[in-house]
Amino acid sequence: MSENVYILGIDMLKFGKYPDRTFAQLGGEAALLALDDAGLSVHDVQAMYCGSVFGAYDMTGQAIMREIGQTGIPVTNISNACATGASAFREAWIAVKSGLYDVVLAVGVEKMPRGMLGAGHETGISLEGLFGSASMPAVFAESGMEHAGKYGTTFEQFAKVSVKNHHHSTMNPKAVYQKETPLEEVMGSEMIAYPNTKLMCSVNVDGSAAAVVVSEKKARELGLTRAIRVLASALASDPWNPRNPIMPDVNGCTQLAAKSAYEQAGIDPRDVSLVELHDCFATAELLHYENLQLCGLGEAGRLIDEGVTALGGRVPVNVSGGLLSKGHPLGATGIANMYEVALHLRGEAGARQVQGARIGLTHVVGLGTASAVHLFEKA
Amino acid sequence: MTQTDTLGPRPALPWIRLDGPEPFVEGRLCRACGARTAATHLACPACGARDSIETYRAPTTGKLHAYSIVRRSYPGVPVPFISAIVDLDDGLTLKGNLINVAAEPEALPVGMPVRMVFGDALGRTDKDGASYVAFFFEPSA
Ligand SMILES: [Zn+2]
Repeated sequence: MSENVYILGIDMLKFGKYPDRTFAQLGGEAALLALDDAGLSVHDVQAMYCGSVFGAYDMTGQAIMREIGQTGIPVTNISNACATGASAFREAWIAVKSGLYDVVLAVGVEKMPRGMLGAGHETGISLEGLFGSASMPAVFAESGMEHAGKYGTTFEQFAKVSVKNHHHSTMNPKAVYQKETPLEEVMGSEMIAYPNTKLMCSVNVDGSAAAVVVSEKKARELGLTRAIRVLASALASDPWNPRNPIMPDVNGCTQLAAKSAYEQAGIDPRDVSLVELHDCFATAELLHYENLQLCGLGEAGRLIDEGVTALGGRVPVNVSGGLLSKGHPLGATGIANMYEVALHLRGEAGARQVQGARIGLTHVVGLGTASAVHLFEKA
Repeated sequence: MTQTDTLGPRPALPWIRLDGPEPFVEGRLCRACGARTAATHLACPACGARDSIETYRAPTTGKLHAYSIVRRSYPGVPVPFISAIVDLDDGLTLKGNLINVAAEPEALPVGMPVRMVFGDALGRTDKDGASYVAFFFEPSA
C-alpha cells in the first residue's frame, strides 16, 4: 500500500466544440499534456482508466492508447454520469493506493450530443410534459425550489451564481466562454425552467482532461516540487430518500461523499481554501454550499449575497468559471475540476489565483446517482 | 371495431390502475419500515427487507413540495407547463403537471394543497393508436 498518492501531472484541453476530432484524439491530447506535465512518457504508465459517458461503449480508453502508444497495459473504461471523470480518477487512486502500481493515468473525455439532456421514460407514449419534466434544467430547478420553499432562497440569489461564475471565467483562457453577464442579463435571458434561465444552465461542450497519479515512492523519486497530495477520495451512491427517484436527490449523495472525504483527510470544512463544485445549473451551486458544509443549512443564499464564494472571498467557489461558463463535457468535468484546484495549489492560476491556497476540494454529482468528492493539498 | 378500441385506454404509468370503478394510483408500502414507493423493486429500497411489500390505493390529496415552470422542453412538447413534485397525504411522492393555476411563482406557494385528477394523456397515442390515462394535479383550496 502506498502511504500517500499524488497527482504529478495534470492538464486539460480548452473546452469547446471539436466536431473534427474523435474521442480518442481529444483524450489522447489531454493524456500527452498530463504526461508532459509530470515529465513522464507513456512507457512509464502501468495502468489507465478512461472516463466517458457518450464514448463508454466504444472502448475509448484503448483507442486513446492507440493514439499515444500501445504498451499493452490494463485499460478500463468507466461511465458514471456526471461523476464519470472523477470516478476514473478515483479508480486510478485506488490502483496506486493499493500498492499494485506506481504510475497510473486517468483520462476524462467527452463529445456531447447537441440539445437538451434528460432522462425520458417511455411507456408507449412520450411522458415529457405529461408528468412534469424530466429535462435537466427542470429537475435542478425543482431542487432549487425545494430549497427556496424551506429557506426563502430567491431567484435573484440563484442568478447571482451565474454572474459570479461567468465573471470568474473571464480570467480562464480554457473556459468556453469568457464573458461578463450582469445580473439583469442573467435574470432577463430566456427562461428555460423557472428559476433557471438560459444563462443559469451549464454549457454542452466537448473536452478532455487527464491526470498522472503516482505513489509516494515514485513522487519522492521524481521530486515533490509540483506534486499534489490526494488527501481524500470519496464516492457515494444515493442513500434512501422517500422522494427519490420521483424527485432526483442530488443532496444526500453529495452529503455522504463530503462527510467521508472530510473524515479521510481529517480536516474541518473551514480548512478548505477553494472549491470546484458541480454547478450544472445555478440552482445546484447553492445547494452544494450546504451539502459540502461550506455553511450551515439555509445559509447558502447569504453566502452568495456576501461574496463569500467569489474570488477574494473566504472560500472561492468555481474560480474556473464552473460548468456554467467553463463548460460541462460530462466525462471530462471531474478531472478538469482537479486541474483547476491543482493550478491554485501550485500557485500557477494567473489572474484568478486564490491567494494562499492550501487545500482544494472538487465535487461532481450525476443523477442516478453518483457523487465524488476529492480533497487535495500541495505536497 | 379495432382491438385497441375493445382494450380501451391504457395507463400512462405502470402504477396507474384502471381496473376499478375509478382510475387510481397503486402505491407500495413496506410492512417492515413503512417506506412507500410507486415503483416495484425486488426488495424494499429503504431497508432491504424481502417479501415485505403490500400494495394499497394511494390518496388523491396532498401538498405541493417543489415545482418548476417549464418554458422550454424537448422539441414538440407544448410549453409552458408546471412540473410539480407532490407529497400525497400518506407520504407517497409523485410528479405531475400542475393544472388549472397560473404559471407564475406568485400563484404557487410551497405547501399548497392539491388534488389528483385523472384524464386523457393530452391526446397522446401510441403506435397502435391506443389512448392513455394520466394523472394531473390541481389546487384543491
Ligand atoms: Zn422497508
